[in-house]
Amino acid sequence: MATHAFKINRYNPDDERRGHYMQEYPLDVQKGWTILDCLNEIKWKQDGSLTFRRSCRSGICGSCAMTVNGVNMLACETQALTLKSSTIVVEPLRGYPVIKDLVVDLEPLVESLYAVKPYLITKTPLPTDQERFQSPEERAKIDGLYECILCGACTSSCPSFWADKKYIGPHGFLKAYRFVADSRDEGTREHLEALDDKHGLWRCHTIFNCVEACPKDLNPTKAISELKKELVREKIG
Amino acid sequence: MATIDPETIHDVEGIGVHNIHRHDVVIVGAGLAGLRAAVEASEEYDVAVISKVFPTRSHSGGAQGGIAASLSNEEEDHLEWHMFDTVKGSDYLGDQDAIEILVKEAPVVVREFEHFGAPFSRTPEGRIAQRKFGGHTKDFGRGGPVLRACYAADRTGHVLLHTLYEVCIRNGVRFYPEFYALSLIIRDNICRGIVGWDVINGGIHVFHAKAVMFGTGGYGRVYKITSNALSGTGDGLSLVLRAGLPLEDMEFVQFHPTGLYQQGILVSEAARGEGGYIINDTGERFMERYAPEKMELAPRDLVSRSEQTEINEGRGIGGKDYVHLDLRHLGSEKIMKQLPQIHELAWKFLHVDCIKEPIPIQPTAHYSMGGIPVDKDCQVFADGKKEMVQGFYAAGECACVSVHGANRLGTNSLLEASLFGRRAGKAIRRFLGVQREFPDLPPDAASSAIEEVERLLSSSGTERVSSIRETLQEKMSLECGIFREADQLQRLKKELRTLEERFRNIKIDDRSKRFNVDLLEALELGHMLDFTEIIVEGALNRKESRGAHYRTDFPKRNDGDWLKHTLAWKKDGEIIFDYKPVVITRFQPKERTY
Repeated sequence: MATHAFKINRYNPDDERRGHYMQEYPLDVQKGWTILDCLNEIKWKQDGSLTFRRSCRSGICGSCAMTVNGVNMLACETQALTLKSSTIVVEPLRGYPVIKDLVVDLEPLVESLYAVKPYLITKTPLPTDQERFQSPEERAKIDGLYECILCGACTSSCPSFWADKKYIGPHGFLKAYRFVADSRDEGTREHLEALDDKHGLWRCHTIFNCVEACPKDLNPTKAISELKKELVREKIG
Repeated sequence: MATIDPETIHDVEGIGVHNIHRHDVVIVGAGLAGLRAAVEASEEYDVAVISKVFPTRSHSGGAQGGIAASLSNEEEDHLEWHMFDTVKGSDYLGDQDAIEILVKEAPVVVREFEHFGAPFSRTPEGRIAQRKFGGHTKDFGRGGPVLRACYAADRTGHVLLHTLYEVCIRNGVRFYPEFYALSLIIRDNICRGIVGWDVINGGIHVFHAKAVMFGTGGYGRVYKITSNALSGTGDGLSLVLRAGLPLEDMEFVQFHPTGLYQQGILVSEAARGEGGYIINDTGERFMERYAPEKMELAPRDLVSRSEQTEINEGRGIGGKDYVHLDLRHLGSEKIMKQLPQIHELAWKFLHVDCIKEPIPIQPTAHYSMGGIPVDKDCQVFADGKKEMVQGFYAAGECACVSVHGANRLGTNSLLEASLFGRRAGKAIRRFLGVQREFPDLPPDAASSAIEEVERLLSSSGTERVSSIRETLQEKMSLECGIFREADQLQRLKKELRTLEERFRNIKIDDRSKRFNVDLLEALELGHMLDFTEIIVEGALNRKESRGAHYRTDFPKRNDGDWLKHTLAWKKDGEIIFDYKPVVITRFQPKERTY
């Protein structure tokens, strides 16, 4: 008998009548195998129609965020044996429309990313022939922010997003704060514009799901509270 | 993410495809080269980027250690030193006119990244921080390692990729994420666009363009142990071959010395740049026997070969096929500040805490020095050396300018991808200033692509794509890896024919159109089989050892016969070779020791 049973969400958009269902695959899991290795093993040896995204398989590209035994994670950097369960349930990230099996439509993630104007905004003319200076202390203020890989795990874990698909979401807030906190950025108002809105910051109820879900150990909730302070400052100041 | 703006869709009479998009510029690939070109061209023109993965999933983001530029932010450095190191690192096969451009424009490109917003690590004075890397030295190799690699902790590729994506958003670049390029439309040496497959919805789309640029990346996935993403299947190279164009210097494949054991996942050279040691089973820093001066910071070809020699001679750890990368003496503060991702990778994949234990590592297929032959403005050669294809450009790992020659130095790849991506963007702007009209689309523009997809979707043989691919990867690692010799390569050549036979007898489980990864993997395997032949026959053909290409039966470099670039075509199933001279300007070939 196989060491593990993988119960995986199946959904084929061409077969709406059948809708979503769980399919079970037995698998002998070897030491060191990640969830992605297991999924590949199933796809390559058992069922080629099983569909999921994957690319770097080293935790940096963000393709393979999914829900495993109820928790959002990157399949590629999670070793199956560390889950200490012989049944492994794999589902697509919650909250996003499902395209097929484990593949979700990340359009809402991209839309809200665009909304925060996710790029450095400057007004001061750039120095020629040299970089702008930034002290190591100033630079350190964006540690814990710039590392985001846009995998979508945080926003998928957020009840505010489940209720409102236009909600900017923790990934958008984190990105906005990555620029607001950057000493070189002069566009705080532009980044904040979309946040002071019914789909914006005030919909965060500080339940910290995003912090738990982030595979890179980032803290969107902290970014959100800093952004709230910025907004208040903008309004009063 | 598959929203298609109906404004870009045009019907063209006589072509049996409904979705025909028109953009001034169509870029295939959303890594550093493609996005940097997009940033440049979108200043003036309508640019579309199509990519088989969402842009920030591109494998440029996997690069860790740094991007080279002689900024002299930390200590004295000079363009000429960088140029010498790159020429010597290339084992004198790099074209020196192109290398001169590389080192001269490097400071501009890196500072521009800072201006775009890239979060580089900083010196105490607030300048871009720089670290040591293999093969980068002071005073034309006479001094020690130089601080030249500009970095953002050990996430340099990640920050540069995300920064370019952000600037593309700012500039209104149109993305077609999860579109897979199926064929090039080239007639009469004029590139007219490409045909793509909409992965999410299924369906053939024609992208009609005045200029097409490829930044399609490398092909590490033809090897079993590789640092490359699962998407690193070199598709662009075979699209070029299938269009009847040549590839250059494909026999030169870089093996990175520090891949995580059995996973191949990259552990940045920054680990050694920051002072890490490589040790064998007896605890010896064995590089002192191979590169007494530069030790662990010798170039990658040399370190990988030394490692493999240790392993082959039984001095791997416990006699096995790996050695140790030891960072313990750096201390936890330095590791967590400068190498946080490496700490995370070693822990997550091997359960090794590199603050307390050495990391098991082995050489891993990493980078392709060869590729699509282009001129210094990234325009693709029709004949590999003189005649050009109008409106077709390539940059980054898929292209061969050639700045890396037979062996690339670490941190020169992020540099090359962004610098030549930028040059491609500028060249495209100049070209579009003259070329105002869209070239005609031939009525059969999409026919080969449609035929390929239909054939694969209906394939009902007995072979699994994964099983053929696995055999290919194993054989390539065994017989066309760090050490090569004629008998093995001959065997491999025959084996490839067998694999091609087997590929004609595949079956795929998923016959649907929407998000069919089964189909994509079959398409990718078809590409891999096509260009792998060029690697193997090129390796067999080049009877010398130079840079990353090492022939045990011809262990010496042979400048008399082989100081030249290989050009290879595929015609009627046969490989045809031609050559072109190396451009030598300032540095005459010398013996290469470190």
